[in-house]
Amino acid sequence: MSATPMVTADRISKSFGANNVLRSISLEVQAGEVLCIVGPSGSGKSTFLRCINHLEKIDAGRLFVEGQLVGYRQKGDKLHELKPKEAALQRRDIGMVFQRFNLFPHMTALENIIQAPMRVKRVPKAKATLRARQLMERVGLGDKADHYPAHLSGGQQQRVAIARALAMDPKLMLFDEPTSALDPELVGEVLDVMKELATSGMTMIVVTHEMGFAREVADSIAFMDGGVVVEAGPPREVLGNPQQDRTKAFLSKVL
Amino acid sequence: MAVPLRHPWRISIAVVLVFLLALFIVDASQRPDYGWAEVGKYLFDRRISQAAWVTLTLTIYAMFGAIVLGLLLAIMRLSPNPVVKSIAWLYLWIFRGTPVYVQLVFWGIVALIYPVFTIGIPFMTPWITIPNDVFTNLFITAVIGLALNEAAYMSEIVRAGLLSVDEGQEEASTALAMSWGQTMRYVVIPQAMKIIIPPTGNEVISMLKTTSLVAAIPLSIDLYGVSRGISAVTFTPVPLLIVASIWYLLFTSVLMVGQHFIEKRFSRGTGRRQAGPASESDPGAAAVTAAPTGNDLGGKG
Repeated sequence: MSATPMVTADRISKSFGANNVLRSISLEVQAGEVLCIVGPSGSGKSTFLRCINHLEKIDAGRLFVEGQLVGYRQKGDKLHELKPKEAALQRRDIGMVFQRFNLFPHMTALENIIQAPMRVKRVPKAKATLRARQLMERVGLGDKADHYPAHLSGGQQQRVAIARALAMDPKLMLFDEPTSALDPELVGEVLDVMKELATSGMTMIVVTHEMGFAREVADSIAFMDGGVVVEAGPPREVLGNPQQDRTKAFLSKVL
Repeated sequence: MAVPLRHPWRISIAVVLVFLLALFIVDASQRPDYGWAEVGKYLFDRRISQAAWVTLTLTIYAMFGAIVLGLLLAIMRLSPNPVVKSIAWLYLWIFRGTPVYVQLVFWGIVALIYPVFTIGIPFMTPWITIPNDVFTNLFITAVIGLALNEAAYMSEIVRAGLLSVDEGQEEASTALAMSWGQTMRYVVIPQAMKIIIPPTGNEVISMLKTTSLVAAIPLSIDLYGVSRGISAVTFTPVPLLIVASIWYLLFTSVLMVGQHFIEKRFSRGTGRRQAGPASESDPGAAAVTAAPTGNDLGGKG
């Protein structure tokens, strides 16, 4: 445990009005690890994920990525929110994949991928395009570069979305239910890309309902319910021998 | 052999309508008040074609101003700052809630209310005093008056366009570390344009006709103003109204053809450009097609 963890969540809380979505969540993810977060809908999984790249603001606690406070600057014992530009700078190293893909519909797959490198990192277009084509090959869509999202299947769109996130060379990838909006027969192709990514050593946090994927790929699993982490640990412990009643009840329904 | 259902009423109504139309045309061609010889004489009169040019430039300048100000107002209304938001709302309330004719009369006399612009500490002797040349130039007054009114309508069109873009688009762009400005410029506005362009074309056509109201300022160098001016001398009002109408129809027809092509281009949207299997789940495309066109804004002035 000598190296700085990739992500450290230290008692973070978040509420929307009177609704306490996250209640003192503490989690740690080491570099190269894959963490899968499972749990019933409305348990705060997605909100937690969105706090990691500061798409949502936390109300209390501390959240660090590579030892750096996310979205805030500490002065004394007070946190000061970062300016949008500073927050954007932190997001450069964090890729995110959404449930509903959120590809830019007015751009081809290739144009989707080269936007951020060109606009944010000022990579020349030729270089960005070359890299984008490599990434399209990597997700198995080498021949679809010039297709618009509307002409790709859901699974293909999600693979383009993964390539788009990878184009920024992130150190950490966040997946927010990446296969939940897909037809059952298209889930496999997306999970295969994610498995390959995990094997290559990418640090990943995956909110998912795919228990098979979690069991096979995750280094650790966190079960969330009602805004708290009920149970966390290696897959064989959490899935194979759950200690908490709530975990048992949930797993009996999904396994 | 099957005999299709006959529609005797359809045919009768059509015959009656054609007969009435023919009657009107024959009558109008012989009625001296229409003065068809005068129409031919003035249709290409130099004064008329110059006035038509004035109407066209009024339309272009006023629409340009309205689009720029409308964009600003739309962004103000979407601002998280409640004061900025309320001011934009107040602007809309006033400029959409009063007739454009009344507004133009007001801008016509504003130079009397504010004869000079001053710079200095309020209620003290001003440092610099500039005579109000803006509102003494009636053409500029007309452009400002029309643009300020139209901006209220344009801002609603732009706002509808911006709101039509799925929230996930902004989120994805933000997650890719793009700034707010980059997100707007490369992601949100290009998609909003599909919603904004068609009703804006309608507004251009509408503005062309609304320019005739600059008589309220009073500016009389536009198409309608000059036609009235000539008829006041020749005592032939009807032929000159016909002349002006022919010119207005010419311009609106050209604009309608232009709009047809623009709408065709922008409805291409998320790409019926290439043949291919349509996706069953494309939230972006669904949001665009389901969005309000912002077209139904009611009548003006």
